[in-house]
Amino acid sequence: MNTAVYLPKDPEITPEVIAAHGITPEEYDRIVKILKREPNYTELGIFSVMWSEHCSYKNSRPELKKFPVTGPTVLVKAGEENAGVIDIGDGWGIAFKMESHNHPSAIEPFQGAATGVGGIIRDIFTMGARPVFGLNSLRFGPISGTDEKGETPANVRHNRRLFRGVVEGIAHYGNCIGVPTIGGEVYFDETYEGNPLVNVFCLGILKHEQIARGAASGIGNPVFYVGAETGRDGLAGAAFASRELTEESKEDRPAVQVGDPFKEKLLLEACLELLTTDAVAGIQDMGAAGLTCSTCETASRGGTGVEIDLEKVPKREPGMTPYEILLSESQERMLIIVHKGKEDIVRAIFEKWDLPHAEVGVVKDDGLMRVKVGDVTVAEIPARDLADEAPVYHREAAPQPAPAPLTLIPSGDLEAALPTLLADPTLASKQWIYRQFDHMVRIGTTVLPGSDSAVFLVREADKILAATSDCNATYCVLDPREGARAAIAEAARNLACSGAIPLAVTDNLNFGNPHKPENFWQLREAVEGLAEGCRAFEVPVTGGNVSLYNESPAGAIDPTPTVGMVGLIEEQAHVTQSFFRRAGDAILLLGELGDEMGGSHYLKVLHGLKQGVPPKVDFKKERALHDTLRELIRSGLVESAHDCAEGGLAVTLAESAIGGQERIGAEIDFGITGLAPEVLLFNESQARVVISTRDADAVLRLAAERGTPARVIGTTTSGETLEITADGTTRKWKVAELHRTWSCSIGNQMSA
Amino acid sequence: MKAAVLRFPGSNCDQDCYHVLSEHYRVPTDYVWHKECSLSGYDLVVLPGGFSYGDYLRTGAIARFSPIMKAVADHAAAGGLLLGICNGFQILTESRLLPGVLIRNRSLSFICEHRWLRVENNNSPFLSEARNGQLLNIPIAHGEGNYMASPETLAELEANGQILLRYSDAEGNVSDATNPNGSTANIAGICNAKRNVFGLMPHPERAADPRLGSADGSVIFQSIFKTLGVSAAA
Repeated sequence: MNTAVYLPKDPEITPEVIAAHGITPEEYDRIVKILKREPNYTELGIFSVMWSEHCSYKNSRPELKKFPVTGPTVLVKAGEENAGVIDIGDGWGIAFKMESHNHPSAIEPFQGAATGVGGIIRDIFTMGARPVFGLNSLRFGPISGTDEKGETPANVRHNRRLFRGVVEGIAHYGNCIGVPTIGGEVYFDETYEGNPLVNVFCLGILKHEQIARGAASGIGNPVFYVGAETGRDGLAGAAFASRELTEESKEDRPAVQVGDPFKEKLLLEACLELLTTDAVAGIQDMGAAGLTCSTCETASRGGTGVEIDLEKVPKREPGMTPYEILLSESQERMLIIVHKGKEDIVRAIFEKWDLPHAEVGVVKDDGLMRVKVGDVTVAEIPARDLADEAPVYHREAAPQPAPAPLTLIPSGDLEAALPTLLADPTLASKQWIYRQFDHMVRIGTTVLPGSDSAVFLVREADKILAATSDCNATYCVLDPREGARAAIAEAARNLACSGAIPLAVTDNLNFGNPHKPENFWQLREAVEGLAEGCRAFEVPVTGGNVSLYNESPAGAIDPTPTVGMVGLIEEQAHVTQSFFRRAGDAILLLGELGDEMGGSHYLKVLHGLKQGVPPKVDFKKERALHDTLRELIRSGLVESAHDCAEGGLAVTLAESAIGGQERIGAEIDFGITGLAPEVLLFNESQARVVISTRDADAVLRLAAERGTPARVIGTTTSGETLEITADGTTRKWKVAELHRTWSCSIGNQMSA
Repeated sequence: MKAAVLRFPGSNCDQDCYHVLSEHYRVPTDYVWHKECSLSGYDLVVLPGGFSYGDYLRTGAIARFSPIMKAVADHAAAGGLLLGICNGFQILTESRLLPGVLIRNRSLSFICEHRWLRVENNNSPFLSEARNGQLLNIPIAHGEGNYMASPETLAELEANGQILLRYSDAEGNVSDATNPNGSTANIAGICNAKRNVFGLMPHPERAADPRLGSADGSVIFQSIFKTLGVSAAA
């Protein structure tokens, strides 16, 4: 194919052209100062993507500095490279990160989600790590409900279409590339109508000495382009992701990339094979802002310059302009800085894997990113200024009023409330989703999806890892700081319930337009809340992603600072699941009975209210509870452990009864009076875990020694019912019916 | 004995099969790249699962033209053991080393879950250690595992006892309700008339280590080792 670069006459740089690139007049002045001249059209495009929020974090950087990022186990710090790396002992490390693909998924759910998975997997193997599992955290508008005529409204049908497309897209990419998707979370809420969230997580394993760096080091070293050819897909996607979604966003469909997981599988294997040789000086994936970002970032990290010739770049179609080649976000591409003299090693490996490869440039000592087309220079920009000197904005923050305490807690038919909650898609079984994901490839899935954390035996290192992602955005919209604290607390609690010790955190900050002071305030509060939580549990943040401009015509989404937390389980015997295991075990509550109803799922689902003061997190109490729980697990006293979250004690108990291989009955009596039954059953106070044990006395003894509140609340039975006595009244539910309601809900909605 | 695990571009269960054979059972095992031309010296050849050539055109349709496939056919013709798992099964049917075809699941969705399988015929080097009627809990993970064959082929398979595994429930009942993907006669795995080529959609390598929830797949590996006269570890 004739893949000559087309060199058109550049359009004139007018204020309109500058504004169309999302560049402010002040930013333009800054560009002129850096270049000491006016930029040409190609250079303007380069600045526009590199200085987009997606690439530069210009609106969030001052906030992100508040996260704790250091610790004795940190091998590569957040922000240094594509992903942070944490030591897990015996010479092994893990690289993990979460990233969003919200905007592309809103427009084109299948490819948007698929390329999100591709991008995060590429971030991990760029570090030299072999990707071993993935998680995802998803948010959609409601997928249930009918209008007054009993028909499914258009918005619900659209939400289902997005949900189905996203799940299929993740399955398509993850299944084909052979990285198991072993867990995650999904919420359905009006706030995500028109702006779904697709946050994907990947974790990889590597030996310490295998850590690869993304620096263009060694003057004179050749620069290789490997992987898929560059096409016109995904043009300026990073800039697109840094705008609000509007009615016209459909027009931006070309900004959504198209993924080829087969090609990425080849690229993954070829890169990991290459990294076992001594040929690589630096490696960087081409994700957001593609060739532009990888070139200037490697040069900036290396303190060098990089010169590339676009004539040599493998292209999918003829007649592309420099602007298009540089801003393309075609997937499955890498930039590799090769030690001079080792070029043939690179060529041989990429020939073996039938992948395009080309020497496209060279490392220079002039600190410039220089782009040529043959002899013509089409862009020349100081690499460090471009990569690291994006403007930083201290946005205005406008506090929202503190949430008003609830004055009245509505009651109702509490017997009907439990199945209603279990049928709510946010709480219902996610089997419809994870059945479509290959969650067992790489033969390490020790706990199947559905328990408190995903548990994976990394056989390369013989280590058992637990991972979870959490965020209750209802708490966050009522009180962003407290909601963020709760997200960390819940993640740590989920890990503790699985028998794991938390190691580190990645986060994905999904917020609205930061130019609106109320949105920026939410972001700041949430970041500070997360940082407090990380300090309390002594877990560093290893990196993550910021996704702002999550707005639809109806307004900003509820702030959603998603937390991904990874922990280590010391022994196979400590692996614990959420589900009751047999009749005759005692059921205990660790923590208090609680009474906080603000922001509860009960109020939201049963009464349509998003109100009140969300539950307060006391990190000291929380951490003590987790430590005690882990000690109980290590002592072999715990048969099951399930954290108490959305839907309160009633839902927690029901899930433990119906979520496992077998249905198990239970008889519960809280043994107190004076607390309204709806509060007792459905409050969402933090720092609570329901466990089952064969030896209640030993548990009570150890808990008392550690000062952790604990009480026996019932026993598991061979009966067919879940019976809960609260405030003197006993309510009964057939376990099989609860199970049916819970397990079929999402499938029924999706086939309706 | 010596085992070969083939690697096609897009194979993604190759490392799992290799690990189970070499680390779990301590059997000498090599990867064999699809561009190789010889399989001499191997007693067992495994075609692993995955998405060879990205499932482009049809599952297994391009892999059958890989250089190694001539050696695979020769290995089978010479009576060597050939085990095709999932995409490996698809490649074997595309190569006509096993009869029938595998088309999209009737739900049109990818399905990953543990399933019960009933051993239909243990007269096979791959199931000699199992009882007829024995139930095995082994995961499936595929989008195109719906086995189809002409009535004549099916009658032949039945008559020769070539249907080795069927999808059942935990009690061993075989019915439409226990059929995950629409396969004709609930077929999960078949062998050739000479009984040395075995293709199955379920993943026995995912059910070798009890820490993963089930070790029922081990009976397939143990049968192979017994046939080849080796005692493997684990």
